[in-house]
Amino acid sequence: MDVNEIIKPENLVYGKPRLMNDNAMHYCPGCSHGVVHKLVAEVIEDMGMEENAIGIAPVGCAVFAYNYIDIDWLEAAHGRAPAIATAVKRLNPSKMVFTYQGDGDLAAIGTAETIHACNRGENIVIIFINNGIYGMTGGQMAPTTLEGMVTSTCPYGRNVELNGYPLKISDLVAQLDGACYVTRQSVHTPAAVRKAKKALRQAFENSMNHKGASLVEIVSTCNSGWKMTPDQANKWMEQHMFEKYPLGDLKNE
Amino acid sequence: MKEEIIIAGFGGQGVLSMGKILAYSGLMENKEVSWMPSYGPEQRGGTANVTVILSDERISSPVLNTFDIAIILNQPSLDKFESKVKPGGILIYDGYGIHHAPTRKDIEIYSIDAMNTAIEMNNSKAFNMIVLGGLLKIRPMVTLENVLLGLKKSLPERHHKLIPMNEQAIKKGMEIIKRV
Amino acid sequence: MAEEIRLMKGNEAIAHAAIRCGADGYFGYPITPQSEILETLMELKPWETTGMVVLQAESEIAAINMVYGGAGCGKAVMTSSSSPGVSLKQEGISYLAGAELPCLIINVMRGGPGLGTIQPSQADYFQTVKGGGHGDYRLITLAPASVQEMADFVGLGFELAFKYNNPAIILADGVIGQMMEKVVLPPFQKRRTEEEIRKNCPWAALGKTADRKRNVITSLELDPAVMEENNIRFQKKYKIIEKEEVRYEEINCEDADYLIVAFGSMARICQKTIEMAQEQGIKIGLLRPITLWPFPSQAIAAYTDKVKGIISVELNAGQMVEDVRLAVNGKVKVEHFGRLGGIVPTPDEVLSAIKEKLM
Repeated sequence: MDVNEIIKPENLVYGKPRLMNDNAMHYCPGCSHGVVHKLVAEVIEDMGMEENAIGIAPVGCAVFAYNYIDIDWLEAAHGRAPAIATAVKRLNPSKMVFTYQGDGDLAAIGTAETIHACNRGENIVIIFINNGIYGMTGGQMAPTTLEGMVTSTCPYGRNVELNGYPLKISDLVAQLDGACYVTRQSVHTPAAVRKAKKALRQAFENSMNHKGASLVEIVSTCNSGWKMTPDQANKWMEQHMFEKYPLGDLKNE
Repeated sequence: MKEEIIIAGFGGQGVLSMGKILAYSGLMENKEVSWMPSYGPEQRGGTANVTVILSDERISSPVLNTFDIAIILNQPSLDKFESKVKPGGILIYDGYGIHHAPTRKDIEIYSIDAMNTAIEMNNSKAFNMIVLGGLLKIRPMVTLENVLLGLKKSLPERHHKLIPMNEQAIKKGMEIIKRV
Repeated sequence: MAEEIRLMKGNEAIAHAAIRCGADGYFGYPITPQSEILETLMELKPWETTGMVVLQAESEIAAINMVYGGAGCGKAVMTSSSSPGVSLKQEGISYLAGAELPCLIINVMRGGPGLGTIQPSQADYFQTVKGGGHGDYRLITLAPASVQEMADFVGLGFELAFKYNNPAIILADGVIGQMMEKVVLPPFQKRRTEEEIRKNCPWAALGKTADRKRNVITSLELDPAVMEENNIRFQKKYKIIEKEEVRYEEINCEDADYLIVAFGSMARICQKTIEMAQEQGIKIGLLRPITLWPFPSQAIAAYTDKVKGIISVELNAGQMVEDVRLAVNGKVKVEHFGRLGGIVPTPDEVLSAIKEKLM
């Protein structure tokens, strides 16, 4: 059978979203970012918002998110994406504005911007990839690094006396009157991916219905940073990350 | 004409707003004006002062080292600005809270019992307008009519009902100022 | 009909002018001596009239990043602060310059370093014209010397920022921000529609339409060869600005024996110094740079053969004097006089300094 006989629409069982371009991703094999990128692209497409979506990329592994999803983007300074999204949305209320941030960006250097954008009830979506480590800079401790977890800046394991406790920032955001939807999801199984997509869809709809700020935390793996195989990383996440960061809605109003 | 004026006293005495009304009055007379306040925490209880310049010509510096007229409303301001009045200039002070009266012989010195008068009028807020009245008696640099127009311009509409009271205070000040 | 002459503070004039110039957004954080800008905008509620967005941010850092967001959409957006707050904004300013975004920043300077004082200063000259943030970049710097110029430079600042896709900054100080003077406000201009922005700023991230590639607002380029090209492009742009946009004012400079170079509030004070000097038969001229970058080097150099000495009078320990010296390249004596930490010298102090240092 010739290959062209196989590539026919009726044989198509899976396709990548049109908004995902063909640029080779810089993410490590096994990384959660690729899956979440795909979900974001799918949701934008499903909602027919290709021409109205504006993304704010962070500093961190997802700094190059703008290379993969074919919409307009602004690349933020480290931690400042929610402030940028605030202005983009307020100046363009008909656009669908979201940030895409990691744990260092959102929960360390950008804590103030995260809390205040959510507290003001900005009609934006914050997508928060929490893998408990700084991936881009080579595996340093993040605010969300688990107690005892080894990173290059806590090589003997996170010691709470020295480094404080893992920060459950989504729980903090859920306390804010301006946040309408705070949920914690993952993308390590097909079922989880489907749920995460639903959560993203709801968050984006909230923003277009001007319901306030929505934060979707995706508890993720960083198999490179964690020094595991992708498979081991998924298992380790289930065993350890979910205990500290349990999945499910923290707030849904 | 050009009048370079310093108004100095405690914050809360209405020093800055008195200067503002004077500046607005100058505006009504199509004069060039500048109003340069001391600013910051002084506004709330420390010493406050404002430099007001009214002139027929373009004003160069809004910050000055000597003045044609000094209006002095407390002792620290008298200590600071008595020496800054140009020879032949005018110093107006309210004796309330002044322990050491001005001593210069080469300037005209006037006193105005504005604080006590304001208390008598049962309206401490009229204090700065009484002082302004005294100034305009000595140096009618702007007409009363234009002062009232200036008041109207500088006050938010909800305060316009206070204008007659201010007019009364200005007239009172014109009566009670006296040469020392 | 002629526009009404009003009396207002420099800070208030900026707020009024912003609305009238068709600004799309203002993002700020309170700090003395410039809080009247945010206060006046909140009082005027332009969102109900022109649709301008006004927001009190949680920090100066957030405010400048909101400006980055708005500017990235091609909107005319601005922020204002005073020295310590402007230090906080430097990261964002560097990103704005690196992403070649137009915006307007206002610094109503106060005395430093550190928390310093709230009194007037010009000690942020270096920070403003020599960088401030990281990297090789320049800010178009306008130095108003009157309340009228505070109002006028809002429109001019936006015009230059959009002409060159570069941040512009109004470098004022506590004197100009806090003083009241007569001012004629600029006429009302409509805010640009999204269609106009898409046409005039094709780079703006306003949502990708099918007829173009995606727009990405970024200062990031990991390939050093490309990053060098970007920098070379910036430098070419800066050269054009240096050629085209120098602005200055000369007062009493013809047949002057001595030249004062001063900007902003100091230029006003020095005008009085010149008047006092005239009465004493001393001929002093004033060259007032209106743009601090690009700096009027050639205009100053033209005086090297004409005057016996130049003095740079600044509310700092000697910053602009370095650019004056570079301009004359050793051909005439250049001295500096300044007061520090929020003290504003009086006109006679300046005259004494000129006598002592140049005569």
